[in-house]
Amino acid sequence: MQTEMSLWSYANPTRFMATTRPLLPWLSALAAACLVVGLVWGFFFTPDDYRQGSTVKIIYLHVPSALMAINAWFMMLVASLIWLIRRHHVSALAAKAAAPVGVTMTLVALVTGAVWGSPMWGTWWAWDPRLTSFLILFLFYLGYMALWAAIEDPDTAADLTSVLCLVGSVFAVLSRYAVNFWNQGLHQGASLSLDKEENVADVFYIPLLVCIAGFVLLFVALVLARTRTEIRARRLHALQLRERMA
Amino acid sequence: MPDLGKYAVEVGAAYGLSAVLIVGLVAVTLWRGKRVKRALDAAEGRRNA
Repeated sequence: MQTEMSLWSYANPTRFMATTRPLLPWLSALAAACLVVGLVWGFFFTPDDYRQGSTVKIIYLHVPSALMAINAWFMMLVASLIWLIRRHHVSALAAKAAAPVGVTMTLVALVTGAVWGSPMWGTWWAWDPRLTSFLILFLFYLGYMALWAAIEDPDTAADLTSVLCLVGSVFAVLSRYAVNFWNQGLHQGASLSLDKEENVADVFYIPLLVCIAGFVLLFVALVLARTRTEIRARRLHALQLRERMA
Repeated sequence: MPDLGKYAVEVGAAYGLSAVLIVGLVAVTLWRGKRVKRALDAAEGRRNA
């Protein structure tokens, strides 16, 4: 009998482990290659901006990390919804695995933004809509991870963190569109846009795209690796419980 | 090394701090992955013994 493959078959932990094992080294190598090429290109081989001077080189860290900070939350949202609707454990564990990656990306975006803002805006921080919504997103990440750590029963933890993820999505959307919602504050518009007038200059554009590809691949590789660890940790916990009861 | 002019400290700080955060995240991911795998192998070994 021929079995039909579907996306949901990867919700089986054994299949997930078997599929991701050969993928991870390739993904990791590709992520490292893109990051090295993009960052070396951007840092060493692009000119200074006529207004920002050499601080424009911070764009190669700030834009990709900010993009991933928001999209990591959306990935967690999708995984949480799959957990809530279909009760697939791998999706709940993937959401849990993505949170530390997302919070690091948010921190990189906040730190690089502050370091860039100091000479360009004359201040490390301003209560600008985008900056503030990003800070709240960072706090949501911390709250999400704390909630996972605080609840012993994994299914209850997955339920409650999924609900928190739904609520936090409001701030992920605000972080992305705050500049469009409120035409005020210090933060400029999107660096990457379909509108050519808004886009960064061509000379910065391609290395920036390579850096973004590197950050996306790094995120995927890290989430897969961490999900594999979470699956193993869940199995270990079950075996330890059995040992204690024997 | 490109001439970063008067913003050398800012650009260096942005790259340095980002490297610390990202390398730290990768290191913690690999370290915990190995630790959990070792513990699981040991637990499965005890179970199959």
